[in-house]
Amino acid sequence: MRLVVAEDNALLRDGLIRLLKANDCTVVAAVDNAPELTAALAGTEADGAVLDVRMPPTFTDEGLKAAIAVRAQRPGFPVMVLSQYVEQLYARELLASGQGAVGYLLKDRVANVGEFVEGVRRVVGGGTVIDLEVIATIMARHRQEPIDRLSAREREVLALMAEGRSNQAIAAALFVSEKAVAKHTNSIFTKLDLPVAEDDNRRVRAVLAFLRV
Amino acid sequence: MKKPGPLRLTGIALLHVLLFLPSILFLVLTVAGGVLTVLTIGIPLLLVSLPTLHWITDRHREMAAEILGSPVPANRLPTTGAPLIQRLQIWARDPMTWRELAWVLVSPISFVLSLLTVVLLLVVVTGAFWWYGAPHIMRARATIDRILLSQGHTEKLEKRVVDLTESRAASVDHSAAELRRIERDLHDGAQARLVALGMSLGMAEDLFARDPEAALQLVTEARDTTGAALGDLRDVVRGIHPPVLADRGLIGAVQALALDMAVPVMVTADLPGRPPAPVESATYFAIAECLANIGKHAAADHAWITLGWTHGVLAAEVGDDGRGGADVDRGTGMRGVMRRLGAFDGTMRVSSPDLGPTIITLEVPCVLSLPRTMPSSGTA
Repeated sequence: MRLVVAEDNALLRDGLIRLLKANDCTVVAAVDNAPELTAALAGTEADGAVLDVRMPPTFTDEGLKAAIAVRAQRPGFPVMVLSQYVEQLYARELLASGQGAVGYLLKDRVANVGEFVEGVRRVVGGGTVIDLEVIATIMARHRQEPIDRLSAREREVLALMAEGRSNQAIAAALFVSEKAVAKHTNSIFTKLDLPVAEDDNRRVRAVLAFLRV
Repeated sequence: MKKPGPLRLTGIALLHVLLFLPSILFLVLTVAGGVLTVLTIGIPLLLVSLPTLHWITDRHREMAAEILGSPVPANRLPTTGAPLIQRLQIWARDPMTWRELAWVLVSPISFVLSLLTVVLLLVVVTGAFWWYGAPHIMRARATIDRILLSQGHTEKLEKRVVDLTESRAASVDHSAAELRRIERDLHDGAQARLVALGMSLGMAEDLFARDPEAALQLVTEARDTTGAALGDLRDVVRGIHPPVLADRGLIGAVQALALDMAVPVMVTADLPGRPPAPVESATYFAIAECLANIGKHAAADHAWITLGWTHGVLAAEVGDDGRGGADVDRGTGMRGVMRRLGAFDGTMRVSSPDLGPTIITLEVPCVLSLPRTMPSSGTA
């Protein structure tokens, strides 16, 4: 995987680069601000980008804005957005374009290197990886919407799907067989009226329905 | 407010004329009562004459307010709950009582003005004078009433100083309490976890050569502890200044709050600029507290927030269709909110009848800075 890394804190940037390189990723560019990120994305052949939300010049949400801007030009360009805090609002904005290939995680999650790198791989492969904290606030809602048609188990499966887990990982987390998970996912797709398409695409659409974007 | 026309003004003038003699009568009674207090029979006299004078002057205030298009408040010292004799003492101390008596003394002049307005209409041939003159004459009359029946400049300033002293003391208390809370949160949370982290790593260092398996176990624990410490720090930061407020301003931050609610919250917001940061923050925490209460107590199906700014006042309304019966004095959270808003002359009103709906209105006077944010609305 060829990645662009944008993070203004030198320690964290070096750590990220080291961690990605150790896991067979190539960092083609590493920048510390939003304007340079735009230039780097235009000038290099990257498979995806790992971005910090808060960066110079204004130290607010330029990472997020840059991610949305680059995906407006190159629809479906994979971005993994990292932040010190997560907001459902931002997750919805990232996914508003209706395409997958989006990751949105707390920086803390990087500590679990294996899972983090797996998440980046999923995003580059077109999947969607949303932070546990965002998922938790959504699961706490009780509203009349298509999601309510799902059984408790199916909601659990969908939440894990939104975190970016594969059927195999979901099966392990819920202590059921992979076959049972496949049955649940099919039922979720049917209940959410998702048209027949390849599995990856349907998973992304199910997650979008979950986030209601 | 719509300005009253000549006919309505003449109606008011007629009332003025009719109330003239009673006001003189009760002035005489009050003075007599005041003199006779030494003989105690003055006391019951005063207990009748002063409230009647209050009533008469209040009616004149209302009329003056209608003519001038701006309120003429009485601002008497409060007497509710005081025993009758004590009320007399409060009235005697109240500068407003003396202003009202002075007003009756001057009232022959204003009486002439009102009488003139009525006469100009009644003597039909002067109709043209009446039509053009009445508004001016009555404005003059109302201005005299306002000068005598409302607080003077010094009294207003004194009142303001008292209010400011109170709100300053409250906000100092509030920030001191906030600092203590932050200190405690850091001490019990992140600091304690970092200590535990250091211990785990130290033990892992010791065990590394002898028992790599156990050392690995400790390192894994240490990693989990860093996650928990970061979570604690995030909570503390949210309590001081939520990052989303810094990133997106008040509207964005309120939308983010609304999204995280278990019930759907409709947000309608239009601000022509950004309020000053301290006002933004106080308003944000006020709205957050209202929403938290909706989540905890209201049992609502829907809630809504409107945010707007008109005539130099930032106004927020938080409503829900829950069970109502909210009591501001019960929770410490809402009192904290009021203190915090009070530092900016902000106010909070709660309307919460049993069975709902509950509507909380927050108002803070402030100046907005550019640039303009886009109006937005949507259900979260």
